[in-house]
Amino acid sequence: MRSQIEGSQAVAAAVALCRPEVISAYPISPQTHIVEALSDLVRRGELEPCEYLMVESEFGAMSAAIGASAVGARAYTATASQGILYMAEALYNASGLGLPIVMTVANRAIGSPINIWNDHSDAMSQRDSGWIQLYAASNQEAVDLHVQAFRLAEEVSLPVMVCMDGFVLTHAFEPVDLPTQEQVDAFLPRFEPRQVLDPAAPVTIGAMVGPEAFAEVKVLMHVKQMQALDVIGEISGEFAQAFGRGSGGLVRQYRSADAETIVVALGSVLGTIQDAVDELRDEGVSVGAVGITCFRPWPLAEVRAALGHARRVVVLEKAFAVGLGGIVAQNVRLALEGLPARVHDVVGGLGGRPITRASVRRLLGDVLEDRLDPGALTFLDLDWGLVQRELERPSGPHAENILRDLAAGPR
Amino acid sequence: MFQVRIHGRGGQGVVTAAELLSVAAFVEGKHAQAFPSFGSERTGAPVVSFCRFADEPIRSREPIEQPDALIVQDPTLLHQVDLLAGLGTGGYLLVNTTRSFEELGLGEFVAGFRPERLATVPATEIARELVGKPLPNAALLGAFAALTGRVTLASVKGAILERFPGETGLRNVAAAERAHDALGVSAHA
Repeated sequence: MRSQIEGSQAVAAAVALCRPEVISAYPISPQTHIVEALSDLVRRGELEPCEYLMVESEFGAMSAAIGASAVGARAYTATASQGILYMAEALYNASGLGLPIVMTVANRAIGSPINIWNDHSDAMSQRDSGWIQLYAASNQEAVDLHVQAFRLAEEVSLPVMVCMDGFVLTHAFEPVDLPTQEQVDAFLPRFEPRQVLDPAAPVTIGAMVGPEAFAEVKVLMHVKQMQALDVIGEISGEFAQAFGRGSGGLVRQYRSADAETIVVALGSVLGTIQDAVDELRDEGVSVGAVGITCFRPWPLAEVRAALGHARRVVVLEKAFAVGLGGIVAQNVRLALEGLPARVHDVVGGLGGRPITRASVRRLLGDVLEDRLDPGALTFLDLDWGLVQRELERPSGPHAENILRDLAAGPR
Repeated sequence: MFQVRIHGRGGQGVVTAAELLSVAAFVEGKHAQAFPSFGSERTGAPVVSFCRFADEPIRSREPIEQPDALIVQDPTLLHQVDLLAGLGTGGYLLVNTTRSFEELGLGEFVAGFRPERLATVPATEIARELVGKPLPNAALLGAFAALTGRVTLASVKGAILERFPGETGLRNVAAAERAHDALGVSAHA
Protein backbone atom coordinates (compact mmCIF):
# COMPACT_ATOMS: atom_id res chain seq x y z
CA MET A 1 0.00 0.00 0.00
CA ARG A 2 1.27 3.46 -0.87
CA SER A 3 1.51 5.83 2.05
CA GLN A 4 3.15 9.13 2.94
CA ILE A 5 5.58 7.99 5.60
CA GLU A 6 8.90 8.83 7.23
CA GLY A 7 11.83 6.86 5.83
CA SER A 8 12.75 5.28 9.17
CA GLN A 9 9.17 4.21 9.84
CA ALA A 10 8.92 2.70 6.36
CA VAL A 11 12.13 0.72 6.86
CA ALA A 12 10.97 -0.45 10.29
CA ALA A 13 7.76 -1.73 8.68
CA ALA A 14 9.75 -3.47 5.94
CA VAL A 15 12.11 -5.11 8.44
CA ALA A 16 9.10 -6.32 10.46
CA LEU A 17 7.63 -7.86 7.29
CA CYS A 18 10.86 -9.85 6.96
CA ARG A 19 10.09 -11.56 10.29
CA PRO A 20 13.37 -11.03 12.16
CA GLU A 21 13.65 -13.30 15.19
CA VAL A 22 16.23 -11.25 17.09
CA ILE A 23 16.73 -7.49 16.97
CA SER A 24 19.55 -5.99 19.01
CA ALA A 25 20.11 -2.28 19.42
CA TYR A 26 21.84 0.27 21.56
CA PRO A 27 19.59 3.26 22.22
CA ILE A 28 21.90 6.25 21.93
CA SER A 29 22.25 9.15 19.57
CA PRO A 30 23.25 8.38 16.86
CA GLN A 31 20.57 5.71 16.61
CA THR A 32 17.57 5.67 14.29
CA HIS A 33 13.79 5.73 14.54
CA ILE A 34 13.97 2.34 12.87
CA VAL A 35 14.91 0.31 15.93
CA GLU A 36 12.70 2.56 18.07
CA ALA A 37 9.67 1.67 15.94
CA LEU A 38 10.64 -2.01 15.92
CA SER A 39 10.91 -2.05 19.72
CA ASP A 40 7.33 -0.72 19.87
CA LEU A 41 6.14 -3.49 17.55
CA VAL A 42 7.80 -6.16 19.69
CA ARG A 43 6.51 -4.64 22.95
CA ARG A 44 2.94 -4.57 21.61
CA GLY A 45 3.22 -8.17 20.49
CA GLU A 46 2.79 -7.23 16.83
CA LEU A 47 6.06 -8.84 15.78
CA GLU A 48 6.16 -12.45 16.91
CA PRO A 49 8.20 -14.46 17.47
CA CYS A 50 10.91 -11.87 17.95
CA GLU A 51 13.24 -11.11 20.81
CA TYR A 52 14.30 -7.48 21.19
CA LEU A 53 17.61 -7.08 22.98
CA MET A 54 18.55 -3.70 24.35
CA VAL A 55 22.29 -4.03 24.72
CA GLU A 56 25.02 -1.99 26.39
CA SER A 57 26.85 -0.75 23.28
CA GLU A 58 27.12 -1.12 19.51
CA PHE A 59 29.80 -3.72 20.11
CA GLY A 60 27.19 -5.56 22.18
CA ALA A 61 24.56 -5.07 19.47
CA MET A 62 26.69 -6.75 16.82
CA SER A 63 27.89 -9.43 19.22
CA ALA A 64 24.27 -10.26 20.12
CA ALA A 65 23.38 -10.42 16.43
CA ILE A 66 26.30 -12.79 15.87
CA GLY A 67 25.14 -15.07 18.69
CA ALA A 68 21.55 -15.01 17.48
CA SER A 69 22.53 -15.75 13.90
CA ALA A 70 24.84 -18.57 15.00
CA VAL A 71 21.97 -20.37 16.74
CA GLY A 72 19.90 -20.07 13.60
CA ALA A 73 17.81 -16.94 14.16
CA ARG A 74 17.22 -14.24 11.56
CA ALA A 75 19.04 -11.30 13.13
CA TYR A 76 18.85 -7.55 12.50
CA THR A 77 20.36 -4.37 13.91
CA ALA A 78 20.94 -0.75 12.87
CA THR A 79 23.59 1.83 13.55
CA ALA A 80 25.27 4.98 12.25
CA SER A 81 28.33 7.15 12.59
CA GLN A 82 30.62 6.39 15.56
CA GLY A 83 28.33 3.46 16.37
CA ILE A 84 29.62 1.44 13.43
CA LEU A 85 33.20 2.15 14.50
CA TYR A 86 32.44 0.83 17.95
CA MET A 87 31.16 -2.44 16.45
CA ALA A 88 34.00 -2.73 13.93
CA GLU A 89 35.73 -5.70 15.53
CA ALA A 90 32.49 -7.65 15.64
CA LEU A 91 31.69 -6.76 12.01
CA TYR A 92 34.73 -8.73 10.87
CA ASN A 93 33.66 -11.67 13.00
CA ALA A 94 30.17 -11.68 11.49
CA SER A 95 31.53 -11.76 7.95
CA GLY A 96 34.34 -14.18 8.76
CA LEU A 97 31.88 -16.61 10.31
CA GLY A 98 29.57 -16.25 7.29
CA LEU A 99 26.57 -15.16 9.34
CA PRO A 100 23.68 -13.66 7.35
CA ILE A 101 22.96 -10.64 9.58
CA VAL A 102 21.22 -7.63 8.03
CA MET A 103 22.06 -4.16 9.33
CA THR A 104 20.82 -0.72 8.38
CA VAL A 105 23.44 2.00 8.35
CA ALA A 106 21.77 5.43 8.49
CA ASN A 107 24.79 7.11 6.98
CA ARG A 108 26.36 9.89 9.00
CA ALA A 109 29.73 11.57 9.32
CA ILE A 110 32.53 10.36 11.57
CA GLY A 111 34.15 12.73 14.05
CA SER A 112 36.25 14.48 15.04
CA PRO A 113 35.01 17.21 14.73
CA ILE A 114 31.75 16.09 16.30
CA ASN A 115 29.01 16.14 13.67
CA ILE A 116 25.69 14.32 13.52
CA TRP A 117 24.85 15.03 9.88
CA ASN A 118 24.85 12.91 6.75
CA ASP A 119 27.77 11.70 4.70
CA HIS A 120 29.15 8.26 3.81
CA SER A 121 32.24 8.19 6.06
CA ASP A 122 30.73 5.62 8.44
CA ALA A 123 29.84 2.90 5.93
CA MET A 124 32.93 3.62 3.80
CA SER A 125 35.16 3.07 6.84
CA GLN A 126 33.91 -0.54 6.90
CA ARG A 127 33.95 -1.20 3.16
CA ASP A 128 36.59 -3.88 3.54
CA SER A 129 34.99 -5.61 6.53
CA GLY A 130 33.63 -8.44 4.39
CA TRP A 131 30.02 -7.19 4.51
CA ILE A 132 28.02 -6.69 1.36
CA GLN A 133 27.12 -2.99 1.04
CA LEU A 134 24.01 -1.78 -0.78
CA TYR A 135 23.15 1.95 -1.04
CA ALA A 136 19.56 3.19 -1.36
CA ALA A 137 18.74 6.14 -3.60
CA SER A 138 15.27 6.74 -2.12
CA ASN A 139 13.11 5.55 0.75
CA GLN A 140 11.27 3.22 -1.62
CA GLU A 141 14.57 1.65 -2.55
CA ALA A 142 15.60 1.47 1.13
CA VAL A 143 12.44 -0.54 1.85
CA ASP A 144 12.97 -2.80 -1.14
CA LEU A 145 16.66 -3.34 -0.41
CA HIS A 146 15.90 -4.60 3.09
CA VAL A 147 13.57 -7.26 1.73
CA GLN A 148 16.23 -8.23 -0.82
CA ALA A 149 19.04 -8.06 1.78
CA PHE A 150 17.65 -10.83 4.00
CA ARG A 151 17.20 -13.07 0.98
CA LEU A 152 20.69 -12.24 -0.30
CA ALA A 153 22.42 -12.66 3.06
CA GLU A 154 20.86 -16.06 3.66
CA GLU A 155 21.45 -17.25 0.11
CA VAL A 156 25.18 -16.42 0.09
CA SER A 157 25.83 -16.75 3.86
CA LEU A 158 27.27 -13.27 4.23
CA PRO A 159 26.11 -10.26 6.26
CA VAL A 160 24.60 -7.30 4.38
CA MET A 161 24.60 -3.59 5.21
CA VAL A 162 21.78 -1.56 3.74
CA CYS A 163 23.05 2.01 3.66
CA MET A 164 20.58 4.89 3.53
CA ASP A 165 21.43 8.55 3.94
CA GLY A 166 20.92 9.67 7.53
CA PHE A 167 18.42 12.54 7.90
CA VAL A 168 18.12 13.07 4.12
CA LEU A 169 16.27 9.75 3.80
CA THR A 170 15.68 8.57 7.37
CA HIS A 171 13.85 11.75 8.40
CA ALA A 172 12.13 12.52 5.08
CA PHE A 173 8.41 11.93 4.55
CA GLU A 174 7.66 10.76 1.05
CA PRO A 175 5.38 8.24 -0.67
CA VAL A 176 6.46 4.64 -0.13
CA ASP A 177 4.76 1.52 -1.42
CA LEU A 178 4.99 -1.00 1.42
CA PRO A 179 4.61 -4.61 0.36
CA THR A 180 2.11 -6.94 2.01
CA GLN A 181 3.06 -9.73 4.39
CA GLU A 182 1.95 -12.29 1.77
CA GLN A 183 4.20 -10.74 -0.88
CA VAL A 184 7.23 -10.72 1.43
CA ASP A 185 6.55 -14.25 2.67
CA ALA A 186 6.40 -15.48 -0.93
CA PHE A 187 9.69 -13.73 -1.78
CA LEU A 188 11.64 -14.44 1.40
CA PRO A 189 11.50 -18.06 2.52
CA ARG A 190 12.05 -19.10 6.12
CA PHE A 191 15.67 -18.89 7.22
CA GLU A 192 17.32 -22.29 6.87
CA PRO A 193 20.66 -21.81 8.64
CA ARG A 194 23.72 -23.53 7.15
CA GLN A 195 25.40 -23.80 10.56
CA VAL A 196 23.63 -23.94 13.93
CA LEU A 197 25.00 -23.85 17.43
CA ASP A 198 22.89 -26.28 19.39
CA PRO A 199 23.47 -27.18 23.07
CA ALA A 200 22.14 -30.67 22.32
CA ALA A 201 24.86 -31.27 19.75
CA PRO A 202 27.78 -29.05 20.77
CA VAL A 203 30.27 -27.83 18.17
CA THR A 204 32.58 -24.85 18.04
CA ILE A 205 32.66 -22.22 15.32
CA GLY A 206 35.35 -19.64 14.86
CA ALA A 207 38.38 -21.84 15.50
CA MET A 208 41.87 -20.42 15.69
CA VAL A 209 43.61 -20.96 12.35
CA GLY A 210 47.37 -20.65 11.97
CA PRO A 211 49.52 -19.88 8.96
CA GLU A 212 48.74 -23.31 7.51
CA ALA A 213 45.14 -22.38 6.56
CA PHE A 214 44.37 -18.76 7.53
CA ALA A 215 44.71 -17.50 3.97
CA GLU A 216 42.45 -20.24 2.63
CA VAL A 217 39.68 -19.43 5.13
CA LYS A 218 40.08 -15.71 4.45
CA VAL A 219 39.96 -16.13 0.68
CA LEU A 220 36.58 -17.81 1.02
CA MET A 221 35.11 -14.45 2.05
CA HIS A 222 36.40 -12.89 -1.14
CA VAL A 223 35.22 -15.74 -3.34
CA LYS A 224 31.75 -15.63 -1.76
CA GLN A 225 31.53 -11.87 -2.26
CA MET A 226 32.42 -12.24 -5.92
CA GLN A 227 29.78 -14.98 -6.28
CA ALA A 228 27.28 -12.61 -4.70
CA LEU A 229 27.58 -10.31 -7.74
CA ASP A 230 25.49 -12.78 -9.75
CA VAL A 231 23.05 -13.44 -6.92
CA ILE A 232 22.39 -9.71 -6.37
CA GLY A 233 21.37 -9.32 -10.00
CA GLU A 234 19.14 -12.41 -9.88
CA ILE A 235 17.40 -11.31 -6.68
CA SER A 236 16.82 -7.82 -8.06
CA GLY A 237 15.29 -9.37 -11.19
CA GLU A 238 13.04 -11.64 -9.19
CA PHE A 239 12.03 -8.73 -7.00
CA ALA A 240 10.98 -6.71 -10.05
CA GLN A 241 8.85 -9.65 -11.23
CA ALA A 242 7.22 -10.18 -7.85
CA PHE A 243 6.72 -6.55 -6.78
CA GLY A 244 6.38 -4.78 -10.12
CA ARG A 245 9.18 -2.26 -9.65
CA GLY A 246 12.92 -2.19 -10.21
CA SER A 247 15.05 -1.81 -7.09
CA GLY A 248 18.52 -2.92 -6.15
CA GLY A 249 20.87 -4.61 -8.57
CA LEU A 250 24.48 -3.58 -9.06
CA VAL A 251 24.47 -0.30 -10.97
CA ARG A 252 21.67 1.98 -12.18
CA GLN A 253 22.00 3.91 -15.43
CA TYR A 254 20.22 7.18 -16.14
CA ARG A 255 20.43 8.69 -19.64
CA SER A 256 24.03 7.47 -19.68
CA ALA A 257 24.01 4.95 -22.55
CA ASP A 258 25.13 7.56 -25.10
CA ALA A 259 26.47 10.21 -22.71
CA GLU A 260 29.93 11.74 -23.22
CA THR A 261 30.06 12.85 -19.60
CA ILE A 262 28.74 10.65 -16.78
CA VAL A 263 28.33 11.47 -13.09
CA VAL A 264 28.79 8.53 -10.72
CA ALA A 265 27.34 8.63 -7.21
CA LEU A 266 25.88 6.53 -4.39
CA GLY A 267 22.68 7.09 -2.43
CA SER A 268 20.09 9.82 -2.26
CA VAL A 269 22.09 12.48 -4.09
CA LEU A 270 21.29 10.63 -7.32
CA GLY A 271 17.86 12.32 -7.48
CA THR A 272 19.39 15.79 -7.45
CA ILE A 273 21.97 14.67 -10.04
CA GLN A 274 19.20 13.29 -12.29
CA ASP A 275 17.42 16.66 -12.14
CA ALA A 276 20.65 18.37 -13.20
CA VAL A 277 21.15 15.81 -15.99
CA ASP A 278 17.64 16.51 -17.35
CA GLU A 279 18.27 20.27 -17.39
CA LEU A 280 21.59 19.85 -19.19
CA ARG A 281 20.10 17.38 -21.67
CA ASP A 282 17.42 19.98 -22.47
CA GLU A 283 20.27 22.36 -23.25
CA GLY A 284 21.81 19.80 -25.59
CA VAL A 285 24.64 18.63 -23.32
CA SER A 286 25.49 14.94 -23.61
CA VAL A 287 25.46 13.97 -19.94
CA GLY A 288 24.10 11.08 -17.87
CA ALA A 289 24.32 9.51 -14.43
CA VAL A 290 25.27 6.10 -13.07
CA GLY A 291 24.31 5.09 -9.56
CA ILE A 292 26.31 2.45 -7.74
CA THR A 293 23.76 0.45 -5.71
CA CYS A 294 26.17 -2.33 -4.76
CA PHE A 295 29.53 -0.99 -3.59
CA ARG A 296 30.76 -4.24 -2.00
CA PRO A 297 31.32 -6.53 -3.79
CA TRP A 298 32.60 -4.04 -6.35
CA PRO A 299 30.81 -4.68 -9.67
CA LEU A 300 33.87 -3.99 -11.78
CA ALA A 301 32.59 -5.43 -15.06
CA GLU A 302 29.22 -3.67 -14.80
CA VAL A 303 30.85 -0.34 -13.97
CA ARG A 304 33.24 -0.75 -16.89
CA ALA A 305 30.33 -1.56 -19.21
CA ALA A 306 28.27 1.40 -17.96
CA LEU A 307 31.10 3.96 -18.17
CA GLY A 308 33.48 2.58 -20.77
CA HIS A 309 32.19 4.71 -23.65
CA ALA A 310 32.35 8.02 -21.75
CA ARG A 311 34.93 10.74 -22.41
CA ARG A 312 34.66 12.14 -18.88
CA VAL A 313 33.55 10.48 -15.67
CA VAL A 314 32.81 12.63 -12.62
CA VAL A 315 32.74 10.64 -9.38
CA LEU A 316 30.85 12.66 -6.75
CA GLU A 317 31.22 11.03 -3.36
CA LYS A 318 30.37 11.80 0.26
CA ALA A 319 33.52 10.44 1.90
CA PHE A 320 37.23 10.38 1.16
CA ALA A 321 40.37 8.59 2.14
CA VAL A 322 42.49 11.11 4.03
CA GLY A 323 45.95 11.17 2.51
CA LEU A 324 44.76 9.85 -0.84
CA GLY A 325 41.42 11.12 -2.16
CA GLY A 326 38.17 9.66 -3.44
CA ILE A 327 37.30 6.12 -2.41
CA VAL A 328 34.66 5.39 -5.01
CA ALA A 329 36.83 7.16 -7.60
CA GLN A 330 39.71 4.73 -6.96
CA ASN A 331 37.38 1.84 -7.58
CA VAL A 332 36.02 3.48 -10.74
CA ARG A 333 39.56 4.09 -12.05
CA LEU A 334 40.29 0.41 -11.54
CA ALA A 335 37.19 -0.49 -13.56
CA LEU A 336 38.21 1.87 -16.38
CA GLU A 337 41.82 0.76 -16.65
CA GLY A 338 43.10 0.99 -20.21
CA LEU A 339 40.14 3.08 -21.39
CA PRO A 340 40.50 6.72 -22.41
CA ALA A 341 37.88 8.22 -20.02
CA ARG A 342 39.17 11.00 -17.78
CA VAL A 343 38.07 10.45 -14.19
CA HIS A 344 37.38 13.46 -11.95
CA ASP A 345 37.57 12.87 -8.25
CA VAL A 346 35.02 15.12 -6.46
CA VAL A 347 34.18 15.02 -2.75
CA GLY A 348 31.03 16.79 -1.56
CA GLY A 349 28.26 16.70 0.98
CA LEU A 350 30.62 16.12 3.92
CA GLY A 351 29.10 16.46 7.39
CA GLY A 352 25.67 17.37 6.01
CA ARG A 353 26.57 20.17 3.57
CA PRO A 354 23.77 20.00 0.98
CA ILE A 355 24.67 18.99 -2.56
CA THR A 356 22.36 21.19 -4.61
CA ARG A 357 21.38 21.04 -8.24
CA ALA A 358 23.12 24.40 -8.67
CA SER A 359 26.38 22.96 -7.25
CA VAL A 360 26.15 19.93 -9.52
CA ARG A 361 25.56 22.20 -12.52
CA ARG A 362 28.52 24.42 -11.58
CA LEU A 363 30.69 21.34 -11.18
CA LEU A 364 29.65 19.94 -14.55
CA GLY A 365 30.22 23.35 -16.13
CA ASP A 366 33.80 23.30 -14.83
CA VAL A 367 34.31 19.77 -16.12
CA LEU A 368 32.87 20.46 -19.55
CA GLU A 369 34.91 23.66 -19.95
CA ASP A 370 38.09 21.84 -18.89
CA ARG A 371 38.51 24.08 -15.85
CA LEU A 372 39.00 21.08 -13.56
CA ASP A 373 42.29 19.23 -13.43
CA PRO A 374 41.45 15.51 -13.65
CA GLY A 375 44.62 14.70 -11.72
CA ALA A 376 43.59 16.77 -8.71
CA LEU A 377 41.18 16.02 -5.91
CA THR A 378 38.25 18.47 -6.01
CA PHE A 379 36.08 19.46 -3.05
CA LEU A 380 32.61 20.70 -3.96
CA ASP A 381 31.64 24.11 -2.54
CA LEU A 382 34.64 24.23 -0.23
CA ASP A 383 35.77 27.49 1.42
CA TRP A 384 39.51 27.20 0.83
CA GLY A 385 40.02 30.59 2.48
CA LEU A 386 39.01 29.16 5.86
CA VAL A 387 41.36 26.22 5.38
CA GLN A 388 44.21 28.51 4.37
CA ARG A 389 43.81 30.78 7.39
CA GLU A 390 44.01 27.81 9.72
CA LEU A 391 47.04 26.39 7.89
CA GLU A 392 48.86 29.66 8.57
CA ARG A 393 48.42 29.21 12.32
CA PRO A 394 51.08 27.34 14.27
CA SER A 395 48.59 24.97 15.91
CA GLY A 396 44.97 24.15 16.78
CA PRO A 397 42.39 23.62 18.11
CA HIS A 398 41.33 23.61 14.45
CA ALA A 399 37.56 23.21 14.85
CA GLU A 400 37.28 26.10 17.30
CA ASN A 401 39.58 28.34 15.24
CA ILE A 402 37.69 27.71 12.01
CA LEU A 403 34.30 28.30 13.65
CA ARG A 404 35.62 31.59 15.05
CA ASP A 405 36.93 32.64 11.63
CA LEU A 406 33.62 31.69 10.02
CA ALA A 407 31.68 33.82 12.51
CA ALA A 408 34.03 36.75 11.97
CA GLY A 409 33.48 36.68 8.21
CA PRO A 410 35.99 37.14 5.35
CA ARG A 411 39.17 38.96 6.35
CA MET B 1 6.37 21.96 -8.11
CA PHE B 2 5.28 24.07 -5.14
CA GLN B 3 7.82 24.61 -2.36
CA VAL B 4 7.07 25.67 1.20
CA ARG B 5 9.49 26.61 3.96
CA ILE B 6 8.36 26.73 7.58
CA HIS B 7 10.18 28.61 10.35
CA GLY B 8 9.55 28.17 14.04
CA ARG B 9 11.19 27.13 17.27
CA GLY B 10 11.92 23.67 18.61
CA GLY B 11 8.81 22.37 20.37
CA GLN B 12 6.31 24.31 18.24
CA GLY B 13 5.79 21.45 15.81
CA VAL B 14 7.72 22.85 12.85
CA VAL B 15 8.60 19.41 11.56
CA THR B 16 5.08 18.08 12.13
CA ALA B 17 3.67 21.02 10.15
CA ALA B 18 5.71 20.05 7.09
CA GLU B 19 4.74 16.40 7.56
CA LEU B 20 1.02 17.24 7.78
CA LEU B 21 1.21 19.46 4.72
CA SER B 22 2.89 16.67 2.76
CA VAL B 23 0.19 14.22 3.82
CA ALA B 24 -2.53 16.70 2.77
CA ALA B 25 -0.92 16.98 -0.69
CA PHE B 26 -0.43 13.19 -0.85
CA VAL B 27 -4.10 12.44 -0.19
CA GLU B 28 -4.91 14.73 -3.12
CA GLY B 29 -2.85 12.43 -5.34
CA LYS B 30 0.19 14.66 -5.54
CA HIS B 31 3.79 13.60 -5.01
CA ALA B 32 4.96 15.19 -1.78
CA GLN B 33 8.11 15.38 0.29
CA ALA B 34 8.71 16.85 3.74
CA PHE B 35 11.89 17.02 5.76
CA PRO B 36 13.38 18.99 8.64
CA SER B 37 16.45 21.13 8.60
CA PHE B 38 18.84 18.79 10.24
CA GLY B 39 20.50 19.67 13.48
CA SER B 40 20.52 19.09 17.19
CA GLU B 41 17.14 20.70 17.74
CA ARG B 42 16.48 21.97 21.22
CA THR B 43 13.30 23.43 22.61
CA GLY B 44 13.20 27.09 21.69
CA ALA B 45 16.01 26.99 19.12
CA PRO B 46 15.22 28.20 15.60
CA VAL B 47 14.05 25.26 13.45
CA VAL B 48 13.27 25.08 9.74
CA SER B 49 11.31 22.47 7.85
CA PHE B 50 10.53 22.03 4.19
CA CYS B 51 7.68 20.65 2.09
CA ARG B 52 7.48 20.37 -1.66
CA PHE B 53 4.73 18.85 -3.74
CA ALA B 54 4.24 18.28 -7.44
CA ASP B 55 2.27 16.33 -10.01
CA GLU B 56 5.40 14.42 -11.01
CA PRO B 57 7.73 12.37 -8.75
CA ILE B 58 10.13 14.53 -6.72
CA ARG B 59 13.78 13.58 -6.95
CA SER B 60 15.51 16.62 -5.51
CA ARG B 61 16.44 16.53 -1.83
CA GLU B 62 18.12 19.88 -1.42
CA PRO B 63 16.88 22.39 1.16
CA ILE B 64 14.40 24.92 -0.22
CA GLU B 65 16.28 28.16 -0.79
CA GLN B 66 13.65 29.85 -2.97
CA PRO B 67 10.26 28.98 -1.51
CA ASP B 68 6.96 29.67 -3.23
CA ALA B 69 5.43 30.08 0.21
CA LEU B 70 6.82 30.85 3.64
CA ILE B 71 5.07 30.04 6.90
CA VAL B 72 6.38 31.77 10.02
CA GLN B 73 5.23 30.09 13.22
CA ASP B 74 7.08 32.47 15.51
CA PRO B 75 7.43 36.13 14.49
CA THR B 76 10.07 36.74 17.19
CA LEU B 77 12.43 34.98 14.75
CA LEU B 78 11.99 37.75 12.21
CA HIS B 79 14.93 39.75 13.46
CA GLN B 80 17.10 36.79 14.53
CA VAL B 81 17.23 34.59 11.47
CA ASP B 82 17.24 35.44 7.79
CA LEU B 83 13.70 34.13 7.55
CA LEU B 84 12.69 35.79 4.35
CA ALA B 85 15.71 34.75 2.27
CA GLY B 86 14.80 33.61 -1.20
CA LEU B 87 11.13 34.56 -1.06
CA GLY B 88 10.29 36.39 -4.29
CA THR B 89 7.66 39.11 -4.61
CA GLY B 90 5.31 36.62 -6.24
CA GLY B 91 5.47 34.38 -3.17
CA TYR B 92 3.03 33.69 -0.37
CA LEU B 93 3.81 34.83 3.16
CA LEU B 94 1.83 33.62 6.16
CA VAL B 95 2.78 34.81 9.64
CA ASN B 96 1.41 33.67 12.99
CA THR B 97 0.78 36.98 14.76
CA THR B 98 -1.89 39.29 16.10
CA ARG B 99 -0.06 42.23 14.55
CA SER B 100 0.06 43.62 11.04
CA PHE B 101 3.03 43.43 8.65
CA GLU B 102 3.64 47.13 9.32
CA GLU B 103 3.68 46.55 13.07
CA LEU B 104 6.13 43.67 12.58
CA GLY B 105 8.45 46.01 10.69
CA LEU B 106 7.81 44.21 7.41
CA GLY B 107 5.84 46.98 5.69
CA GLU B 108 8.73 47.86 3.43
CA PHE B 109 9.64 44.24 2.67
CA VAL B 110 6.13 43.28 1.55
CA ALA B 111 5.49 46.50 -0.38
CA GLY B 112 6.15 44.86 -3.76
CA PHE B 113 4.23 41.66 -2.96
CA ARG B 114 0.77 40.78 -4.23
CA PRO B 115 -1.45 41.73 -1.26
CA GLU B 116 -3.73 38.73 -1.74
CA ARG B 117 -0.71 36.48 -1.14
CA LEU B 118 0.07 37.97 2.27
CA ALA B 119 -1.70 37.04 5.47
CA THR B 120 -1.35 37.18 9.20
CA VAL B 121 -3.32 34.86 11.44
CA PRO B 122 -3.45 34.71 15.27
CA ALA B 123 -2.77 30.97 15.18
CA THR B 124 -1.40 30.73 18.72
CA GLU B 125 -4.50 32.47 20.15
CA ILE B 126 -6.80 30.22 18.10
CA ALA B 127 -4.90 27.17 19.36
CA ARG B 128 -5.04 28.30 22.98
CA GLU B 129 -8.79 28.65 22.68
CA LEU B 130 -9.67 25.57 20.63
CA VAL B 131 -6.79 23.12 21.23
CA GLY B 132 -6.00 24.18 24.77
CA LYS B 133 -2.28 24.50 23.99
CA PRO B 134 -0.28 27.18 22.20
CA LEU B 135 0.51 24.92 19.22
CA PRO B 136 -0.18 26.92 16.07
CA ASN B 137 0.26 24.18 13.43
CA ALA B 138 -3.30 23.26 12.62
CA ALA B 139 -4.50 26.86 12.47
CA LEU B 140 -1.60 27.82 10.24
CA LEU B 141 -2.28 24.95 7.84
CA GLY B 142 -5.96 25.87 7.66
CA ALA B 143 -4.92 29.43 6.87
CA PHE B 144 -2.37 28.14 4.35
CA ALA B 145 -5.14 26.28 2.50
CA ALA B 146 -7.25 29.46 2.38
CA LEU B 147 -4.34 31.69 1.37
CA THR B 148 -2.80 29.56 -1.38
CA GLY B 149 -5.53 27.20 -2.55
CA ARG B 150 -2.73 24.66 -3.14
CA VAL B 151 -4.32 22.13 -0.80
CA THR B 152 -7.92 21.97 0.33
CA LEU B 153 -9.10 22.41 3.89
CA ALA B 154 -10.59 18.92 3.66
CA SER B 155 -7.14 17.42 2.95
CA VAL B 156 -5.57 19.38 5.79
CA LYS B 157 -8.27 18.12 8.14
CA GLY B 158 -7.76 14.57 6.90
CA ALA B 159 -4.02 14.80 7.53
CA ILE B 160 -4.57 16.14 11.05
CA LEU B 161 -7.02 13.38 11.94
CA GLU B 162 -4.73 10.68 10.55
CA ARG B 163 -1.79 11.93 12.62
CA PHE B 164 -3.78 12.76 15.77
CA PRO B 165 -6.74 10.43 16.13
CA GLY B 166 -9.45 11.21 18.68
CA GLU B 167 -10.11 14.34 20.69
CA THR B 168 -6.74 16.01 19.95
CA GLY B 169 -7.34 15.66 16.24
CA LEU B 170 -10.86 17.07 16.44
CA ARG B 171 -9.71 20.10 18.43
CA ASN B 172 -6.95 20.78 15.90
CA VAL B 173 -9.42 20.41 13.05
CA ALA B 174 -11.58 23.07 14.71
CA ALA B 175 -8.54 25.35 14.87
CA ALA B 176 -7.77 24.74 11.19
CA GLU B 177 -11.37 25.58 10.26
CA ARG B 178 -11.39 28.77 12.34
CA ALA B 179 -8.19 30.07 10.76
CA HIS B 180 -9.29 29.01 7.29
CA ASP B 181 -12.59 30.82 7.59
CA ALA B 182 -10.94 33.90 9.06
CA LEU B 183 -8.85 34.18 5.91
CA GLY B 184 -11.28 32.63 3.50
CA VAL B 185 -13.21 35.78 2.74
CA SER B 186 -10.39 38.11 1.87
CA ALA B 187 -7.65 35.77 0.70
CA HIS B 188 -7.01 33.50 -2.25
CA ALA B 189 -7.91 35.99 -4.92
